[in-house]
Amino acid sequence: MREFGYMRATDVTEAVSLLATDPEARFLGGGTNLVDLMKTGVENPALLIDVRELPLDRIEVADDGALKIGATVTNSDLAADPEVRRRYPALAQAVLAGASGQLRNMATVGGNLLQRTRCGYFGDTTQPCNKRVPGSGCPALTGEHHNHAILDWSEHCVATHPSDMGVALAAFDAVVSVHTADGPAELPLSEFYLPVGDTPHRETALPPGALITGVTLPAAPVAARSRYRKVRERASYAFANGSIAAALDVEDGTVRDVRLAFGAVASRPWRARKAEQALTGGPATPEAFAAAADAELAAARPLTHNGYKVPLIRNLVVAMLTELTQEDAR
Amino acid sequence: MNPTKSSAISLRVNGETHSLTVDNRTTLLDALREHIDLTGTKKGCDQGQCGACTVLLDGRRANSCLQLAVAAEGRAVTTIEGMADGERLHPVQQAFLDFDGYQCGYCTPGQVCSAVAVIEEHAAGWPSAATADIRPETGPPPLDDNEIRERMSGNLCRCGAYVSIVRAVAEAAAQAAAVRESAGDTTPDGGSGSGTVPAGGSGARVTA
Repeated sequence: MREFGYMRATDVTEAVSLLATDPEARFLGGGTNLVDLMKTGVENPALLIDVRELPLDRIEVADDGALKIGATVTNSDLAADPEVRRRYPALAQAVLAGASGQLRNMATVGGNLLQRTRCGYFGDTTQPCNKRVPGSGCPALTGEHHNHAILDWSEHCVATHPSDMGVALAAFDAVVSVHTADGPAELPLSEFYLPVGDTPHRETALPPGALITGVTLPAAPVAARSRYRKVRERASYAFANGSIAAALDVEDGTVRDVRLAFGAVASRPWRARKAEQALTGGPATPEAFAAAADAELAAARPLTHNGYKVPLIRNLVVAMLTELTQEDAR
Repeated sequence: MNPTKSSAISLRVNGETHSLTVDNRTTLLDALREHIDLTGTKKGCDQGQCGACTVLLDGRRANSCLQLAVAAEGRAVTTIEGMADGERLHPVQQAFLDFDGYQCGYCTPGQVCSAVAVIEEHAAGWPSAATADIRPETGPPPLDDNEIRERMSGNLCRCGAYVSIVRAVAEAAAQAAAVRESAGDTTPDGGSGSGTVPAGGSGARVTA
């Protein structure tokens, strides 16, 4: 591991100005991903600005009913929060589906959004990887890619975003709050992650030197009836092969409102807007759910070894929306 | 600005303060083992996957292999060495003995630290991925085998002593619940369900 300096920031403005003192400085939150990647040489910061003790650890309800989640709130506190469990249950379930109890105690909301892909080639510094070393190539295209992207990948990178939390946030129209030298700013999560294109090393639209200070979830009655389901290769403590956050409001057999987002299918949490459009105002039937999933997945381009994800996601859509419909009828 | 690559820190471990100078790259795990001679905490994978290095940080379980020592300054660390009350083992330690919750024993310190925290987290009303209904009004689910296995999934045992580990955790949890009940404490708090596992102090204790 490269040697690095360490400084602890006590307020947001100080954190942002400390980061600006060194172009190779990075913010340190819970460290569960960054420290791991520093050990393997994937990340090589010269200076760490510890932001874990910044006063951003609150979850509050705003006057307009929105839920404001501070960037240093731990995954554990987010998942245990009564407001989250009551109003956005899929978010609590998504967080609980990720990592282990130990890691959830350490990991923060801000860090979760910025965690890196678990593509094996990205994590192995003896291998080429366009995300790690731009222009070096992507061995995953023809190599080990059974858990890689099926949507919106490019020939430069087929890695997925690993977050569970982000999938639920995408479904609920989260807005990311940031702070830069110019002051506070906001960025919708739908614009937060950049398309892969030919720049897979550029992952987010965060302005240079920006600190994530929080995430806001607009009030959304439909979210109270929501669920997260994750399919993985063992019962617990593994990254998703496919996951879904779904919320559904049905009245007299008609879909009034629906939210759908998929995980482990693309370089970012995938909001399924085509499926939502296909469903809204139509019948809440398994046939309609399957047709909506097909509409979304028509753009899927599976690789040699990950074609299973297309029916997996399709089945998750039908199963989850069917369950939510039955729950609605009770 | 050119901050130094090492730091003089004080670490509060099991209620005792240790002053040491560490290379900033030093993990809490290595500081405990190599600087403070507390070798009970074990290094397994060194990448947050096996849980052998689990300690309590401000009363909450954490992987000490991913925790920089310099970033742990000011926080209360509890290791396996701090679990017993003098000669009297912590109830979770005793349960692991009583139910043979181990074979080679290498993962055991991490398993015990994790189990101590699992029991606290459950008592505080935290749901898990195995919890069918996570609404706070529903209250915490019974700590059955499914819940224990899910909540302990961050601790691997290569000997495969899981069946006995689950029994030991269940027994210790039942004891802790009985102690809470006799102390007149009505937790698990199904009313608010707001998980407030200790955020301070020298370490979480199951016993009242």
